Amino acid sequence: MAKNPKENKQEKIVLYEARKNIFPKDVKGNFRRFKWFWLLLTLGIFVFTPWIRWDRGPYASDQFLLIDLANRKFFFANIEIWPQEFYYVTGMLIMAGVGLFLITSVLGRAWCGYSCPQTVFTDMFIWVERKIEGDRNARLKLEKGAWTFEKIFKFSLKYLIWLIISILTGAVFISYFAEAPQLAKDLITLQAAPVAYITIAILTATTFIFAGFMREQMCVYMCPWPRIQGAMLDENSLTVTYNDWRGEPRTKSAKKLKAAGDLVGDCVDCDACVAVCPTGIDIRDGQQIECITCGLCIDACDNVMEKLGLEKGLISYTTLKDYTQNLALASAVSEDEKKQLLASHHANHNVLMDNRTIVPSKVRDSKTNKLFEKFKYPNWKLFLSPRNVLYFTIWGAVGIGMLVVLSLRNPLDMNILHDRNPLYVALSDGTIRNGYDIKILNMVPQPQKVELKLEGLPNAKLSLVNNNNEIFESLILDLPPDEVLPVRLYITYDPKELEEVRTNFKMIVTYLSNERTTSAVTFFEIPAK
Amino acid sequence: MSEDKNEIDEISGTETTGHEWDGIKELNTPLPRWWLWIFYATIIWAVGYMIAMPAWPLINGATKGVLGYSSRANLVSEVEMAKAAQSQFLDKIEASEVVDILKDEELARFSRAGGNAAFKVNCSQCHGAGAQGFVGFPNLNDDEWIWGGTLDAIYTTIAHGARYVANEDTRISEMPAFGADELLEKDEIDAIANYVASISGTEADSALANTGKELFVDNCAACHGDVGEGVADLGGPALNNAIWLFAGGVEAITAQINQPKHGEMPGWSDKLDDVTIKQLAVYVHSLGGGQ
Repeated sequence: MAKNPKENKQEKIVLYEARKNIFPKDVKGNFRRFKWFWLLLTLGIFVFTPWIRWDRGPYASDQFLLIDLANRKFFFANIEIWPQEFYYVTGMLIMAGVGLFLITSVLGRAWCGYSCPQTVFTDMFIWVERKIEGDRNARLKLEKGAWTFEKIFKFSLKYLIWLIISILTGAVFISYFAEAPQLAKDLITLQAAPVAYITIAILTATTFIFAGFMREQMCVYMCPWPRIQGAMLDENSLTVTYNDWRGEPRTKSAKKLKAAGDLVGDCVDCDACVAVCPTGIDIRDGQQIECITCGLCIDACDNVMEKLGLEKGLISYTTLKDYTQNLALASAVSEDEKKQLLASHHANHNVLMDNRTIVPSKVRDSKTNKLFEKFKYPNWKLFLSPRNVLYFTIWGAVGIGMLVVLSLRNPLDMNILHDRNPLYVALSDGTIRNGYDIKILNMVPQPQKVELKLEGLPNAKLSLVNNNNEIFESLILDLPPDEVLPVRLYITYDPKELEEVRTNFKMIVTYLSNERTTSAVTFFEIPAK
Repeated sequence: MSEDKNEIDEISGTETTGHEWDGIKELNTPLPRWWLWIFYATIIWAVGYMIAMPAWPLINGATKGVLGYSSRANLVSEVEMAKAAQSQFLDKIEASEVVDILKDEELARFSRAGGNAAFKVNCSQCHGAGAQGFVGFPNLNDDEWIWGGTLDAIYTTIAHGARYVANEDTRISEMPAFGADELLEKDEIDAIANYVASISGTEADSALANTGKELFVDNCAACHGDVGEGVADLGGPALNNAIWLFAGGVEAITAQINQPKHGEMPGWSDKLDDVTIKQLAVYVHSLGGGQ
């Protein structure tokens, strides 16, 4: 179903083309309703998440979701992630990636059509445009018309509302990185940091330009995802498809031709599908990179089919496999059949599609005026293809793995660095001292007391920096909330007790409050004997 | 180039540009116009950037650019900002006695970090990067201090040096050359060397050591203490332990008694400011041997 070659006019070769403005018509139907629902849901999550509060006590933020860049911490409900735990983010990215693969494999470009911010914001901006300037025809007229006061007023109002939405978008976005209520106050009273205003300005500009003017150009020319999706779709992926096997031969004058005894397809060539398309394509030209599978053409066509008293689904979500089978069922099988068909029909009536000849009498029962039941439609078994199951398994495994790791996550952690220079110090009484830089990570928003003790180095003498008058067997340390406590520790030991140059032992740190513990292995070094 | 400028490729239905190489024709898939504009905008930006910022290399340096950007100037201002941020600590250190620095944990941590940096620059050449010392240069990690290991003593040593004639208050001690100056006989020196070896726990002839004990009290105890425990005030090192500035063992001890080697440490008060010396003292004290 390649596009018909354009007519060979004698004109100058144009290497660049201007964007053709698109004026999508309003449409009512199931997909439109779902898109509104989904738009409100996703925008609602985006807008309200920073305002959800979550009590973490007096030492940490009470924001449900906070990306604290200054302190390098990520808060999500009672999960708190520190920079060295970035693998959680990796896991989330893997889940998001495989999730997108899964969605694409099952539902085609559902992400593009419903969830992508570019789609959601464009949809919202078009809604504003429609409310102010009217529907497709009114907008077309306004665009072509002279610069009257009305046109200037409507355009200015539209741009103003777009601008307000864009500014709010930027403000909401940065609310994820700061205390939202305080930030909102600061922003309004002009007390916020310059970087906040700069970020909002950039996001305002991108939102305004991308959703207001770039729209489908983002998807067609800039976004890499459609290209990747192109490689991910297969014959079992759901895509928005014009079922030409029942639509062709299309005609604007079906009644007249039918009366003349001609066989016609269901498509009445009303262009309703083209008028509503937010990317300005004709779905009847087949799968195209521009198609984000938003389903609005399905709604438009279903409305027309309903009026005509025909079955819905001339344009529908279907798989290439079903489509191909249905096309074969509706096509002429032999050259004779083809010739016969061509001979018995109206001269101008083109029934040829890609060298196939669709035979409407094979599609629709002339007595009942219903589609034959032989045609295939997607069913739920589609979702159980090995590929989908594999994607889902990977997705689920990563998710469960993350949950397990998160639930086993220890908020107490310790790193030990044994001195490298000098490795050991010989003391006057013949004993050996080693130095250690220890970092104890208290990853909870409460101050904690911990005990530090050794295992595998009996009766070792511990001392702290700038003070070797006090010798300890174990230490009690105060950990500040959500901070790393650096400890410089010296351990002194009699080398006669040790056999090896390097003796491994364990340092154990335990919360006194709840016995949670962590340990790390390090070594004690003595000179070779 | 073909005559017909608007030839349409049959398979793709796309216009060709009319360019053809060995029968392969170039299709014309037009770029969006705004893409071209962005390209032009980047060219304009580049020209503006070259005017605004340092860009063109010249024989000596580069064009300055009208905005006067300089990474060196940025560095200078960053260093100034860092200094300003440090000044709250530096002022406190200047005002405090060196022993009082340890009372403020934050100040102590700042001093250790600053002292560490100053040590790497000024001290590590002789004492080693880890202050582990070398033969003739004391290890500052251990618990033996020739001139005392308290914060004040360390501070004084760093400020005034040892045997540093340029500084009036320098620490002075000089061990006589008992052999070279013929103050003791060779067998007396042997006996003392064996005694010193024995009290430090190394191998020695016990008969000689017994003889040497009396000689030690007569000749050495004034500076090294009655049992060789050292006298920090006089800079007499302790001899009754496992730590040696030069080397242990009868032979090395004999050599040292015969013709002693003396190290020299510069006093840093004429090169470093008082705040740095205080930080150095806290750092050296923190290495583990501080008293």
